[in-house]
Amino acid sequence: MLIFEHSRPGRRNYSQFPATETKIRNIPQNLVRKTPPLLPEVSEMDAVRHYTRLSQKNFSIDTEFYPLGSCTMKYNPRVCNSLAMLPQFLARHPLAPEDTGQGYLACMYELQEILKDVTGMASVSLTPMAGAQGELIGVSMIRAYHESRGDHARTEIIVPDAAHGTNPATAVMCGYKVMEISTDKEGDVDMDALKAAVGPQTAGLMLTNPSTLGVFEKNITEMSRIVHKAGGLLYYDGANLNAILGKVKPGDMGFDVIHINLHKTFSTPHGGGGPGSAPVGVAKRLFPFIPVPIVGLEKGKYRWLTEKEIPQSIGRFSAYMGNSGVLLRAYIYARLLGAEGMHRVAEFATLNANYLMTELRKVGFEIAYPTRRASHEFIITLKNLKEKTGVTAMNVAKRLLDKGYHAPTTYFPLLVPECLLIEPAETESKETLDAFVVSMKEIMTEAHTQPEIVKGAPHTTPVRKLDDVKAARELDLTWKQ
Amino acid sequence: MNIPTHLKYTKSHEWIRLEEDGTATIGITHHAQDLLGDMVFVEIPQVGRQLKQGEECAVVESVKAAADVYAPISGEVIATNSELESAPEKINQDTYLAWLYKLKPSTTDDLSKLLDATEYQKVLENETH
Repeated sequence: MLIFEHSRPGRRNYSQFPATETKIRNIPQNLVRKTPPLLPEVSEMDAVRHYTRLSQKNFSIDTEFYPLGSCTMKYNPRVCNSLAMLPQFLARHPLAPEDTGQGYLACMYELQEILKDVTGMASVSLTPMAGAQGELIGVSMIRAYHESRGDHARTEIIVPDAAHGTNPATAVMCGYKVMEISTDKEGDVDMDALKAAVGPQTAGLMLTNPSTLGVFEKNITEMSRIVHKAGGLLYYDGANLNAILGKVKPGDMGFDVIHINLHKTFSTPHGGGGPGSAPVGVAKRLFPFIPVPIVGLEKGKYRWLTEKEIPQSIGRFSAYMGNSGVLLRAYIYARLLGAEGMHRVAEFATLNANYLMTELRKVGFEIAYPTRRASHEFIITLKNLKEKTGVTAMNVAKRLLDKGYHAPTTYFPLLVPECLLIEPAETESKETLDAFVVSMKEIMTEAHTQPEIVKGAPHTTPVRKLDDVKAARELDLTWKQ
Repeated sequence: MNIPTHLKYTKSHEWIRLEEDGTATIGITHHAQDLLGDMVFVEIPQVGRQLKQGEECAVVESVKAAADVYAPISGEVIATNSELESAPEKINQDTYLAWLYKLKPSTTDDLSKLLDATEYQKVLENETH
């Protein structure tokens, strides 16, 4: 039920009324409203009940297991919120003088240093506001680098077919042609396809490692050598950084530029619109192009470094410097973990994924890349189940909702038919994983004995099976009386 | 899998019907629509557009994904099936009737590169998954 449907003419929430009426006199007459706005007329209690009920219908990591592959839905420690919401942070004006903001600037400076250390990059800028913007900035720097050298012949970006859709989209946004290369049977990039694709027209290669197939690219050093030899640069999509945090540095693999999804790996809130945050890290040769501002440290004082110090910078991409509240949460999370804790993140994320993969295989699920060790996530394919029972990956995903789980990522990557991409993240206990396996086993049994139950799912959620086609074709977001 | 023998195919899952008047009618295969699932949007090239073999020329979007459709042969677009824009589900209902566009081939050289039904069947069998 919508809040508008609770509305009754004349019902008011007086405690929320403005105390005094503000008179603004200089609004042009033609812009002044003649009729009151169409707002729901409800009491305070109606409003409280309505939104409390809605929140109870929410599915969240605070209530249930959320194994959404490639999204790293780990638990966000509450203490990061508490500390980032200290009044001194909340009340700080972004244009406050550097002298009065040394504490905040110190946090941002240290976050830059921590991210440099954990990724092996020479410099970091915290300004990007989301993963997609981080990518745009990263590839823009690749472009600026080639152009600064007068190298205008580089018109192509190479992207493996297993990549996130944002990679080719970013390349196109930056004016490049996308050269797609295929994946071999083991889930690695096809090296022959890579060799055939590189040339003097190659501006760079965008790669996620571990890949969206949940495996670590075995040939990464060789790939790096091939692309660099051709004069291209390597872009690291940090979506799956959680699996290797503190263990392997993208800089050591030969990457020249990277974006880090803080809302994934560094445990800041995400899903439902974020706000996201995706700092970019660069190798030394790309530093001149880094987006500003960044925080510098000179003679014991922190200060903003802007276009003045970095004149070739590709510019500014956010008001002030990124989502500062999110950056603070990531900083606190990183400091709580320390270097040793980051190793543990990678170890437990990987252990959980491999445990879950092994247990699901035992109860009859088919692993898409059975010869490979999982990174932080893995893929099961229900192709054979569909052929035998008619039950699809989407049906299984919907049935999981009945069992109290958020569905894993479905039908991605596109390379694997009828797939579920499962990422448990390091914050889940063995008991949670075991319970999930039990539910998956039950669904497997139902698929064979009572397939209609699975095909008709979900049965217990506030809304039943949605008409995806209608939703995609007749998008209707406006309430009308 | 439904692979009619009177049609030609590509590895990228387009079907081609060579008409008696020398034109070609193009759509996506049963396998392609089966993988994509319920169609929600179709974007078809404009009449008059010159296509090169292998060029991206149309988009089919389902509830799962958006996929590019490639020109199986070079030529000029001479007709489009605008009915699909309001009823993309026809591709799911019978994809071999739900053609996307018709081409006037600019050369006959491309035709030899097309696959027949048996060869296309092999392509499907060799796809790892």
